[in-house]
Amino acid sequence: MEMKAPTPQIPPAVWTEFKDLQEWEKYRRERPEGDKHSALFESVTEGIHHFPGGFVVTSVADAFLNWARKSSVWPVTFGLACCAIEMMATFASRFDVERLGMVPWASPRHSDLMIVSGTVTIKMAPMLERIYDQMPDPKWAVSMGSCANSGGPFRHGYHVVKGVDRVIPVDVYVPGCPPPPESLLNGLLLLQEQIAHFRKTGRRAAPTAKID
Amino acid sequence: MAAEGDGPLLTVTIAPDRWVDLARFAKETLGCLYFNFLSAVDWKEEGLEVIARVENLDVGLALMMKTRLGAGQTACASLVPLYRGADWMERECYDMFGIRFEGHPDLRRILLPQDWEGHPLLKSYAVDTPYPPYR
Repeated sequence: MEMKAPTPQIPPAVWTEFKDLQEWEKYRRERPEGDKHSALFESVTEGIHHFPGGFVVTSVADAFLNWARKSSVWPVTFGLACCAIEMMATFASRFDVERLGMVPWASPRHSDLMIVSGTVTIKMAPMLERIYDQMPDPKWAVSMGSCANSGGPFRHGYHVVKGVDRVIPVDVYVPGCPPPPESLLNGLLLLQEQIAHFRKTGRRAAPTAKID
Repeated sequence: MAAEGDGPLLTVTIAPDRWVDLARFAKETLGCLYFNFLSAVDWKEEGLEVIARVENLDVGLALMMKTRLGAGQTACASLVPLYRGADWMERECYDMFGIRFEGHPDLRRILLPQDWEGHPLLKSYAVDTPYPPYR
């Protein structure tokens, strides 16, 4: 049988380094506590709080700012794996997180919350860290599903980060594989409760108990 | 020879120095123009085995080509000059098994990061090999 085969023409792919990403990682190493307020802001609020009668001002400001923050938590649209399907179901009309004031937003610059929905591979972790760095303070992170909590069924794989809390600070862990939308909604309500209990406008509360 | 689909499946094991000759025979004489996959098996102390499957879709002929590289050998001839589809397969094989395909135009890692150390699908690769900074 005679068949004419096409001659292979393979352009060599050029590996371009992500210089930009390396600069971000350097920036992050220099500023490990990225979600803290500046020292000036902290000293001013501390001063007002310890001034006689000043705690009324800080408490009222806390209550107002926390109400505002928890009523409009915008999660960045960031789906990694099959948990993202459940996250999309949570965002859609049946479970409707917009009644909690949440709008899935397609830019980290305008977002307050990152829902890490799925397995974080070692190759993906710098990108996740970069997106988290791009979000303005104060910001929160929800670890959704077993994979993001601890590596899940892929924990003993060679390529999986064993818990996203090794990459970014996590506020709420949602267990499940994958967690149903009700679980994620419960986690988001827990997050709102945490935000409501911030003191002196933005101190991070202790995270919930970790369940693998 | 075993029946699979609508045509025969041939399995041919050949010495590694005749690897390209077999592929050229398959392409030019048997008309196997469709490159299905290329992978490898780590047989521990017996060495690595490279497996490739090419098919002639017109007559339903499938040819499974195998070669044992020998103990400690990681060099194998590349099929990219014959089959363009072998490019990424051989890159993945290099990525996971560390087989160096001689004659490949662009042999570098395809799935793992470029600075990864080791080849994870080898049996000698420890599962919990630490990889900084995330573990």
